[in-house]
Amino acid sequence: MSDDILLRMRNIRIDGKTGDDWLPIIKGVDLDLKRGEVLGLIGESGAGKSTMGLAAMGYVRDGCRIAGGSIEFEGTDLAQSSVAYCRKLRGKKIAYVAQSAAASFNPAHRLIEQYSEAPVIHGVMNRNEADSDAADIYRRLQLPNPDEIGFRYPHQVSGGQLQRAMTAMAMSCRPDLIIFDEPTTALDVTTQIEVLAAIRDAVDQFGTAAIYITHDLAVVAQMADKIMVLRYGELVEEADTRTMLSAPTQAYTKSLWAVRSFKSAAKVAPAPDATPVVSLRNVSASYGPVPVLHGVSFDIHKGRTVAVVGESGSGKSTAARCITGLLPPTEGEVLFNGQALPPSFKKRNKDQLRQAQMIYQMADTALNPKQRIRDIISRPVEFYLGLSGKAKRERVDALLDMIEMDPKVFGHRYPQELSGGQKQRIGIARALAAEPEFIICDEVTSALDQLVAEGILRLLDRLQSELGLAYMFITHDLATVRSIADEVVVMQHGKVVEQGPKEEMFRPPHHPYTDLLLSSVPEMDPDWLTGLLAARERGDVVGELPPA
Amino acid sequence: MHPILSMALRRLALGLLTLIVISIVIFSAVEMLPGDLAQEILGQSATPETVAAFRKELGLDKPPVERYFDWLWGALQGDFGKSLASKREISELISTRFGNTMFLAGYAAVIAVPLAVILGLMAALFRNTWFDRFVNVFTLSTISFPEFFVAYILILLLAVGFPFGLALPLGLLGLWIAVEGYGAMKENFKINKSPLVPVIFLLLGVALVINMVMGFLGMENLNPMTKEVRAFPSIANISPESSLGERLDRAFLPALTLTMVVTAHMMRMTRAAIINLLASPYIEMARLKGMSPWRIIVKHALPNALAPIINVVALNLAYLITGVVVVEVVFAYPGLGQLMVDSVTKRDITVVQACCLVFAVTYILLNLTADILAIATNPRLLHPK
Repeated sequence: MSDDILLRMRNIRIDGKTGDDWLPIIKGVDLDLKRGEVLGLIGESGAGKSTMGLAAMGYVRDGCRIAGGSIEFEGTDLAQSSVAYCRKLRGKKIAYVAQSAAASFNPAHRLIEQYSEAPVIHGVMNRNEADSDAADIYRRLQLPNPDEIGFRYPHQVSGGQLQRAMTAMAMSCRPDLIIFDEPTTALDVTTQIEVLAAIRDAVDQFGTAAIYITHDLAVVAQMADKIMVLRYGELVEEADTRTMLSAPTQAYTKSLWAVRSFKSAAKVAPAPDATPVVSLRNVSASYGPVPVLHGVSFDIHKGRTVAVVGESGSGKSTAARCITGLLPPTEGEVLFNGQALPPSFKKRNKDQLRQAQMIYQMADTALNPKQRIRDIISRPVEFYLGLSGKAKRERVDALLDMIEMDPKVFGHRYPQELSGGQKQRIGIARALAAEPEFIICDEVTSALDQLVAEGILRLLDRLQSELGLAYMFITHDLATVRSIADEVVVMQHGKVVEQGPKEEMFRPPHHPYTDLLLSSVPEMDPDWLTGLLAARERGDVVGELPPA
Repeated sequence: MHPILSMALRRLALGLLTLIVISIVIFSAVEMLPGDLAQEILGQSATPETVAAFRKELGLDKPPVERYFDWLWGALQGDFGKSLASKREISELISTRFGNTMFLAGYAAVIAVPLAVILGLMAALFRNTWFDRFVNVFTLSTISFPEFFVAYILILLLAVGFPFGLALPLGLLGLWIAVEGYGAMKENFKINKSPLVPVIFLLLGVALVINMVMGFLGMENLNPMTKEVRAFPSIANISPESSLGERLDRAFLPALTLTMVVTAHMMRMTRAAIINLLASPYIEMARLKGMSPWRIIVKHALPNALAPIINVVALNLAYLITGVVVVEVVFAYPGLGQLMVDSVTKRDITVVQACCLVFAVTYILLNLTADILAIATNPRLLHPK
């Protein structure tokens, strides 16, 4: 055994309990990690990435078990070690950075208390040393007010800062290995850059080894020395980063690489005098006394897709709420086919309600878990179209066919018996059931894997050309915008900063904010992040990191 | 103004409003009782003229609305009027009794609240083990029996049939604990876990069995566990002159009865609230930081579970004060509940009204405190952005 091997997993097998049976999640994977090396672990959800990452700490979630194999960390097999031994390693020698920092910080304690906890309990430092050390690490990770920020509670800190604070927390005992489990997936692209840069610097400075788990290839390209591709709990391919990106050998890896290739066909631009299906005229809105939208105007024409992009908090979803009447605007109006809609949905008639439907980000929570698929889709058919009996049944069957799901197979199932992509398809069918002219798609693909997301985009595109639907496509993912949008509206701080046809938007010159957004989208080139940061440093790229 | 302060003031105003509504309800309810107080006091043989004169003397001839406002005005100034039956000042009558009730409630609460919370935390820590099952079965049994039954069982075990009456069931219980503890200890050895807790329970069980066996053999005097102890009094007749020690001793059985009645709720809510949080990502994070299970429960889960726990504790504290009627009667404890029962049988309307109002105020104040505490323990509200 060579000395610089830190972690060596051999034929590791992990089972998960389903009902009374143990089903394999990880089916015998080998992994070697040297000191100071960064390993990228990629795959779709359900591939077993997180399970692998946690196993490296000798940890399995409730309802799982290590069925076989060995996890040697510094020569000791964690699979055979006692709970107490593993507990001594966790936090001290091996640390973990979770996907959602907002959920993984304890809301009841200040950041610095959570930072100091591991060093104090593991006996690495006393409380005072840990507290001053925290400020030091916060400074290295470029958190604002490093001496003061630790005394805030998690809810008082923004998402990107929280994610860096969590990386700081993982560093508190100067571990030999950190598991990063999708640390930037929940962040906006502009924030993601800062976190990626901070993580990379910190790992470099302390020579920490890392396992970086993600489904985003472009991100892993920036971070990892070598990449492992997992699928269904098995290793598909392993190679160093540049080889893997330039010459993947397996068909599955190639398909992952090719996901972003989908582009909807170019459509004929609407006649200049055509009445838009939906038109926002100078709409302002506020939540209570807090103004969130300031004079927003844009049009959506029949058969076209308008992508509304911007960071979280930029007012994208609020604009959608104004259109649906959930949030009556304080100023301005929403026109539908040239007719002004009543501001509140309560004042709208059934036909006006029918015309605008929504598809939601989280298909999980948007479908009633106690209703069968057939009932979920029947409801709008019944309510808006007044169909019943055989006519209703046939309509539901037709809708399920339209979303490429067999009514006989899926009609009687419950939502939890479907996969994420299938659930999102049901959400689409439910929106279609009302026979609307206009559908708001609120981040419909951001919770899905890339391959599945692409399927949903293709479906939406086909439905649009068949039914002449107009889409308002809310997203923060510019790759999605590239593939499906006809026009783009860029929003920041509740205002439209730039809008126009897609081709123009992706061609310079841009508004500085658009430029920032565009330049922040990770690219597959492993040198992209380094290059971008250097360019921003020099001032070549317009746009600065937004104040966090 | 700090949001908590304004919230507290708003709740206080709402509480006052509730109190006024309650006072109307109390007054009307008593008003609707069948029978007539004057008739009741003077007896069957009284002539209509004497009854009418007596009614006038008591002020019962005035219209109800006028009497309501007189009563409310007096109550606001702390003057509940005179008892119709005994002619004594009600405020004087109530104050000693209320003090006694508060003493009993406080006594029970001091035992029950920490016990319930600790048992709840332990049940959450050892969830789905024999310990969890035992605590659940025991507390649920005690809450399922009527209070007077629990009271009489306690009298049987700790007063009348002491000490052997207690040694027998405790010994059987000890036998069970010992067997379970032994099993758990073997199990823990197998999976490399610390056997400390099962060993403690095994020893406790064995001690209880030994105690029972010594009781059978008539060796109480040799047994250090029973040598010095004596039976608790089954009558809790305390008076204003009683010393604190006497009060604690005499009120022990009623306090224990109340403890057994209220522990289950609080313990189960603590357990449920904690377990509910154990799937949270921040709990997993604490595990991955290498924290011990007990620290995770106490330091990471408990602070986030306080709101529901505080609410159920307040509800049970309110019950300890307002719901003790049966227990006070069984143990002849001179509290407010017993005063109210006596007054109802004597048709002493004014005293009943005053008792109800005192209970209502207690209830509202406790719930108000719970609401404020629940909010004050939430950093999102205490430290806004």
